[in-house]
Amino acid sequence: MLKLDGVSKNFGGLPALSEVSFTVPQGQLTALIGPNGAGKSTLINCITGVLQPTRGAIRFRDEEIAGLPPHTISRRGVARTFQNLKIFPRLTVLDNVLTGLTNEGGSSMLMAMLRLPYLRHRERRLKLRALEALDRFQLADKANWPAGVLAYGDKKRVELARATVGNPQLLLLDEPVAGLNAEESFAVGEQLKLLRSSGHTMLLVEHDMDLVMQLADRVVVLDSGKCIAVGTPDEVRRNPLVLEAYLGRMDATA
Amino acid sequence: MGVSSAHMLQDFLQFTFAGLTNGAIYALIALGFSVVNNTMGIVNFVQVDFVSLGGMLMFSALFAAGLPMAPGLLLAVAGVALAAMLIERFGLRPARSGNHLVLIFLTVGLSIILRGVIKLVWGKNRMALPPLTPDVPVKIFGASVLPQALWILLLTLVTIALLTWFFYRTSLGLSMRAVANNPTAAAVVGIPAGRVRLTSYAIAGALGGLAGVLVTPITTLSYDVGVLLGLKGFAAAILGGFGSFPGAILGGLGLGLLESLTAGYWSSAYKDVVAFVVLLLVLFVRPKGLLGK
Repeated sequence: MLKLDGVSKNFGGLPALSEVSFTVPQGQLTALIGPNGAGKSTLINCITGVLQPTRGAIRFRDEEIAGLPPHTISRRGVARTFQNLKIFPRLTVLDNVLTGLTNEGGSSMLMAMLRLPYLRHRERRLKLRALEALDRFQLADKANWPAGVLAYGDKKRVELARATVGNPQLLLLDEPVAGLNAEESFAVGEQLKLLRSSGHTMLLVEHDMDLVMQLADRVVVLDSGKCIAVGTPDEVRRNPLVLEAYLGRMDATA
Repeated sequence: MGVSSAHMLQDFLQFTFAGLTNGAIYALIALGFSVVNNTMGIVNFVQVDFVSLGGMLMFSALFAAGLPMAPGLLLAVAGVALAAMLIERFGLRPARSGNHLVLIFLTVGLSIILRGVIKLVWGKNRMALPPLTPDVPVKIFGASVLPQALWILLLTLVTIALLTWFFYRTSLGLSMRAVANNPTAAAVVGIPAGRVRLTSYAIAGALGGLAGVLVTPITTLSYDVGVLLGLKGFAAAILGGFGSFPGAILGGLGLGLLESLTAGYWSSAYKDVVAFVVLLLVLFVRPKGLLGK
């Protein structure tokens, strides 16, 4: 599904990622973990076109996507959420989720003007799907609120609903439970389980190890911009390099 | 006493109608400024020439192509929308600049070029455009109103309704609101910024063109008729709160009324000054305008 080959990214000469290679197999949940500053968000930004990798190939369904603009990559079926929220605060919750469906079918100005009945039917179908997504994330009662006034946890779920409503081929989740309370985290975890069992391919960046160990089919570990381990959760947990990356730091800070 | 108060009411209605008519034109132009500002974050000075071009295309549709009024109007408005899209695609986009100041200066340059082209094609003479329906004044509560003024008010209302429908009931309209609200998020959600910008120019062109078609039978038609009208539309947009659609409408009508009441009760010599005094006052006292965010 997604194959990274020697992906490097420098910021003004400083390497944030060096020669990162791994694959995200279809239908699996791959977790991307690593200490703070390991380059996880940089990697997600490179995959989604927000940043351009300095070197390396990123192939999505056997097509090179490195260097394409974000909206093109999104149109090919890659959806994501953000560590620091990127919602539309002045649009309603429903409209926020509907933007996740603007990829579907062209809606040119001409079509908007000429094919009214078809269009109206289409808009109604999209609205129904958006409402279903809101329902899945317990946001249906807030559909008409401006998204900007919601509580943090609700905003995160608006982003999740927006990212999943279009049934993306690949879903990139950048710390979906960070900042949520235990109850909210649990609910999001349940949603991710549902998404996984319905065959979604996901790349999950997360600090919450319980969640990662519960959900992940495979775990990729980044440290200082390098990929230091790939394997099942159990393999990774026993990998001495990983222990050193995590525990070494804990010793240093303790 | 009864006679004089009846006169006063009649005068007031007369001024009010005139103010609303001009105000509707300013509102259309101000909406054009707002649409482009919302999606690109810039002031598009070509907006003023969209007004002139609308009048000119209507003139050619009626007298060169011999079309009736309604198809002529549609063709002129569509023509300006198309010209606006070409200007965005080949005038602004090649700049590949995100610097707003660069883009704004570019629109100033493109405005001068477009005005030059209009002058080359249609000449420097003042021309007369006939009103949509014959000029037989209608009496409304004693005030005599030209049918063209009623057309202006009606078509402005229809336009506002269409815009509202477009922005709140179609995917493309939603995409445009999303880009206006958070361009980064819009890009990652998959909304193509290029198409949104092109559409915002098309809408701005159509709005300016419609204003030109409607207003030039009342003023006169010349290659630079849009400059003063456009600047007043700009002042109206600032008054209402730059970028706000309800603000553009309110600012347009407010400015039109203010102008007309000043001209009526004080002196018509100050009519054009009002817009710019208002513009300065707003910028000094409340820079975000009446309904600005």
